[in-house]
Amino acid sequence: MIGKVLNVFKTVVKGLKLTLGHFFAATVSRKVKAISDPGYFSQSTGITTIQYPHVKLPVPDVGRYQLDVEMDDCIVCDLCAKICPVDCIDIESIKSTEAIGKTSDGTTKRLYAAKFDIDMAKCMYCGLCTVVCPTECIVMTDTYDRSMIDLNEMTYKFSDMTTAEADEKRLALEKLNAERIAAKQVVLQQNTENKI
Amino acid sequence: MNFYLTYVLVASALFAFTALFTLFALYSERKISAFIQDRLGPMEVGKYGSLQAFADILKMLQKEFIIPTAADKILFILAPIIIFVSVYLGFAALPWAPGLIPASLNLGLFYIFAILSIETLGILMAGWGSNNKYALLGSMRSVAQMVSYEIPAGISLLSVVMISQSLNLQEITIRQGILTTEAVSFLGFWDVKAIGGFLAWNVFQAPHLIVAYIIYFIASLAECNRAPFDIPEAESELVGGFHVEYSGLRFAFIFLAEYSMMFLVGMIGVVLFLGGWNSPLPNIGSVSLANWTTGIVWGIFWILLKTLSVVAVQIWIRWTLPRFRVDQLMSFCWKVLTPLAFLCMLISGIWRLTMM
Repeated sequence: MIGKVLNVFKTVVKGLKLTLGHFFAATVSRKVKAISDPGYFSQSTGITTIQYPHVKLPVPDVGRYQLDVEMDDCIVCDLCAKICPVDCIDIESIKSTEAIGKTSDGTTKRLYAAKFDIDMAKCMYCGLCTVVCPTECIVMTDTYDRSMIDLNEMTYKFSDMTTAEADEKRLALEKLNAERIAAKQVVLQQNTENKI
Repeated sequence: MNFYLTYVLVASALFAFTALFTLFALYSERKISAFIQDRLGPMEVGKYGSLQAFADILKMLQKEFIIPTAADKILFILAPIIIFVSVYLGFAALPWAPGLIPASLNLGLFYIFAILSIETLGILMAGWGSNNKYALLGSMRSVAQMVSYEIPAGISLLSVVMISQSLNLQEITIRQGILTTEAVSFLGFWDVKAIGGFLAWNVFQAPHLIVAYIIYFIASLAECNRAPFDIPEAESELVGGFHVEYSGLRFAFIFLAEYSMMFLVGMIGVVLFLGGWNSPLPNIGSVSLANWTTGIVWGIFWILLKTLSVVAVQIWIRWTLPRFRVDQLMSFCWKVLTPLAFLCMLISGIWRLTMM
């Protein structure tokens, strides 16, 4: 019984010493270091709190955070939308009547993106879209803290075309298609006449 | 007429003190716990979060009074008032400095102990009146615990009273310093009446009172429902314990009572065992530190310093030790603390007869 009570006091004192040690170690804060820093795991004492909005933990430039699309490089191939496991990318393309231009890696652009929406509320940050992108125009950035008041704001719209422009391109395409069909029919007619 | 004015002034001064102390203790508890856990604690409101407690109170004052439909309204409304007032009244008989005591009662210690027991009633009212199983369980546990722990606490205090031969807290304090007219001896053999300082404190006048103080300190933790004896409000099992249904100002009053109780039990311990407002510095030859550091202002300073240190230890213990199990709590009280307290009382009697 007495041994038990003494043991209680011994363990209590041990615990109190431990907490007191932490209390006095609280005069210094641990330095905020990136995980790539060689000293990241060597700090064993001091306050661990990172005062977040004021101080930020360094993250890699290309982390698995928010998606970003460089529209000038996009050839609107729709691969990212197809691979996306949660279907958060919504692309609507319009065929161009001629080559629009070239991306920075020399691929010719032939499609307009009338709509290029990414719903970040649905995104599961798997990064598959960035892997399949042939021109590497869709990337994950180091922005990880984005909060919105309205859920609709979570849908990022990357398309740089206005509706009027899109309509214009659509009309041009329809016109072109109509001309082509007309030309085809002319050819067909000529063929049938030749046979007779 | 002036009489009543003084009464009101003293009462409001004490109330202001308890309120200020609660705010201070709230902040320091959060900071100490944070440092112990390698955190920073509140940092945003004011410099180093110093206005956090005020912000919390301001928030609490704006909150709505919610009374559960099935609650016993009278008990529910009365409970926080009784809980707070019983603790607040305890401050009336505590000495702050030589000649400075709100009410110098001959039965001061007895009065404080009696009035503190009323808090149990308030807690039971809160638990029963809330008509909530968690609140009721919490208050049941609280009552069982507080009633049990009052016994070792009371008996260890009695062992001091036997040495001091008085229940008047001012008298008990005077007998632990240089202002006394009676013989004071360190450990029973060295006359330290002229030397004073910490050598004249009760714990050093009779060494078994150190054990009595430890018993009292443990029991006082249990009486103010603080960890490791916080089973009445065990957050992980009982949500919030007896005050789970309270909101706004009523909750603030329960909170106020809890923190004032911490200070009160700490101060009783300081007055009875650690010399009260007496200076801890002894007279050494011509360097009469004890004479220089005795007075009204010094008295208030010393008692505040000592009590706040005791409160700091209470906070430190809370953030170190885990919670007791109910049966361990009871067996610890009845099988360890109570017999030890009785033993201390017995030694006190023998000490009084043989050594003094």
